[in-house]
Amino acid sequence: MKILVCISHVPDTTSKIKFSDNALDTNGMSFVIGPYDDYALARAVELKESHKATVTAINVGKSDTEPTIRKALAIGADDAIRVDAEPIDAFFVATQIAEIAKSENYDLILMGREASDYNGGQVHGMVAEMLDMQAIVPCMTLDIDGNTATMTREIEGGKEIITCDLPFVAGCQEPIAEWKIPNMRGIMMARKKPLKVVEAVQPEVLIETKSYELPPARSNCKMFTSDDMASLVRALKEEAKVI
Amino acid sequence: MSVLVYIEADNGTIKGSSIEAAFYASQAAKGQAVTAVVTDKLEDSAIGELGKYGVQKVLKVSDERLAEKPVAPIATAIAAGVAESGANLVIMARSSLTDAVAPRLGIKIKAAVASNVVALPSQEGGEFVVKRSIFTGKAFVDVALKGDKKVITIKKNSVSPQATDSASVDIASLDVNFGDKDFSITLKDVKKQEGDILLPEADLVVSAGRGLKGPENWSMIEDLAKTLGAATACSKPVSDMDWRPHHEHVGQTGIKVSPSLYIAVGISGAIQHLAGVSSSKTIVVINKDEEAPFFKNADYGIVGDAFDVVPKLTEALKNA
Ligand SMILES: Cc1cc2nc3c(=O)[nH]c(=O)nc-3n(C[C@H](O)[C@H](O)[C@H](O)COP(=O)(O)OP(=O)(O)OC[C@H]3O[C@@H](n4cnc5c(N)ncnc54)[C@H](O)[C@@H]3O)c2cc1C
Ligand SMILES: Nc1ncnc2c1ncn2[C@@H]1O[C@H](COP(=O)(O)O)[C@@H](O)[C@H]1O
Repeated sequence: MKILVCISHVPDTTSKIKFSDNALDTNGMSFVIGPYDDYALARAVELKESHKATVTAINVGKSDTEPTIRKALAIGADDAIRVDAEPIDAFFVATQIAEIAKSENYDLILMGREASDYNGGQVHGMVAEMLDMQAIVPCMTLDIDGNTATMTREIEGGKEIITCDLPFVAGCQEPIAEWKIPNMRGIMMARKKPLKVVEAVQPEVLIETKSYELPPARSNCKMFTSDDMASLVRALKEEAKVI
Repeated sequence: MSVLVYIEADNGTIKGSSIEAAFYASQAAKGQAVTAVVTDKLEDSAIGELGKYGVQKVLKVSDERLAEKPVAPIATAIAAGVAESGANLVIMARSSLTDAVAPRLGIKIKAAVASNVVALPSQEGGEFVVKRSIFTGKAFVDVALKGDKKVITIKKNSVSPQATDSASVDIASLDVNFGDKDFSITLKDVKKQEGDILLPEADLVVSAGRGLKGPENWSMIEDLAKTLGAATACSKPVSDMDWRPHHEHVGQTGIKVSPSLYIAVGISGAIQHLAGVSSSKTIVVINKDEEAPFFKNADYGIVGDAFDVVPKLTEALKNA
């Protein structure tokens, strides 16, 4: 079984987001594998053992993403592909992934539910449509028996159990697998694993970024004591007007 | 701009978020036609409601197989609605269905897609610009959508819908040629909590964290929520430990909410938690530690023991 895992390269979730010169200010920021993509990778690595799968990690990004890709290799991907281009938007990224998947016939394409930077949540649906496959998002459990996968998908107020034949795309979230931390041996081996750099195809770009802004800070927090809940209720009614 | 809005229903009524989407569509249309596509079972009388929010025509797709809200066929159905109406802008309220439908639809109709939109578009000088929430609520970006066709999904509370009384809606049925593979997912089972207020739809949310010590202490949270008519939510460790179901977990890796009121009880306010809730209009924090970071991101706060404060707050709401 061949699995492709799509890895985004995003600021650590503790990062303070700032912009300068109309771009993300990456000064002092550390970058990681997207938290949801980490779930996808962890499940793929588990399937390697249980289903004799091979796992390829793919990232669309410039050379600064290579430490992130190496981390995916250290966690257990067998090889990796970097499509050498700035990931301009979801359509651009999806076009690159679909292009590679067309010739490689993966049985499973695993992604995160969304990349935690631009929160598009679109790449999986786009890739699936381009390849005429189903996309299961958000996918909370994934088990494969022969050619059929059984999955749990989160829906509003609950979940559904579905089955789908391979190949398909899944956008993963917890608790599909536990995040894996690379060990020393993994890190050593990752250095020798193949990382292929390929050129990007150039689709028409339909989204143009104009400007960034930060949300307004909340003004000072008004404090109440537990014996004065009536005042809080009044404030919620008359001042905030939310109840 | 000629606009199409996708309307979702839940148990025979139009979802509140879809009413918002209809109103958003009529505002964005600036006087041009607004058509809706409905794939859920809805009585014509219920559909009529859409007229009050500016929808003129409704295309109804009736197919039993759509009842379970399968993603791929619904994308095909909306694409058929786009072809039928000639719309160049498609609006959907964010939901677990439309989050998955929008990107597929975007590829089908060759549209620019923007998700997580938080306000009406600016259409000055022929350029179509929308504001998106990014970095899980930590920032916004303005993006221009190019090309003839556009698909956007809107976040809750991006407009405040206002009803008018002009209400005539023309209802027609729409035939759809589904793709060979559209129905290749088999639904085996659905586990849904009936009767509860759906968290992503809720306008008021009461949320609790590890400070509550154990699942047995949630009844006071449920009492408070019931008194307010609010949905319940929780922090990640709480759902990780199975104190509460996973679909209640909010934050960076959970559900993102933007209700009018978010009450956080015994939650420290870690950056990953704030990421999912910071766009709430008003935030109330109850925490026994006055240094809890959540107070810096709150509008109203009470330093105190949840076991003392929560019942008193519930009582005060009942008396108000
Ligand atoms: C990549 C990543 C993603 C994450 N995603 C999420 C996410 O989506 N959502 C999320 O919530 N977390 C997420 N986290 C975890 C997050 O960092 C915090 O660990 C978590 O939010 C803490 O939950 P908590 O506030 O319930 O618990 P704690 O941090 O343990 O806080 C408990 C709070 O309760 C207070 N308290 C204790 N007893 C009482 C009492 N009797 N009365 C009143 N107050 C009391 C304490 O003072 C404390 O402030 C993520 C972490 C990582 C690394
Ligand atoms: N630059 C990228 N390279 C590879 N995969 C990506 C990239 N960006 C996003 N993805 C994948 O697509 C998923 C959804 O991303 P998005 O649609 O951007 O929210 C992510 O969780 C990743 O698995």
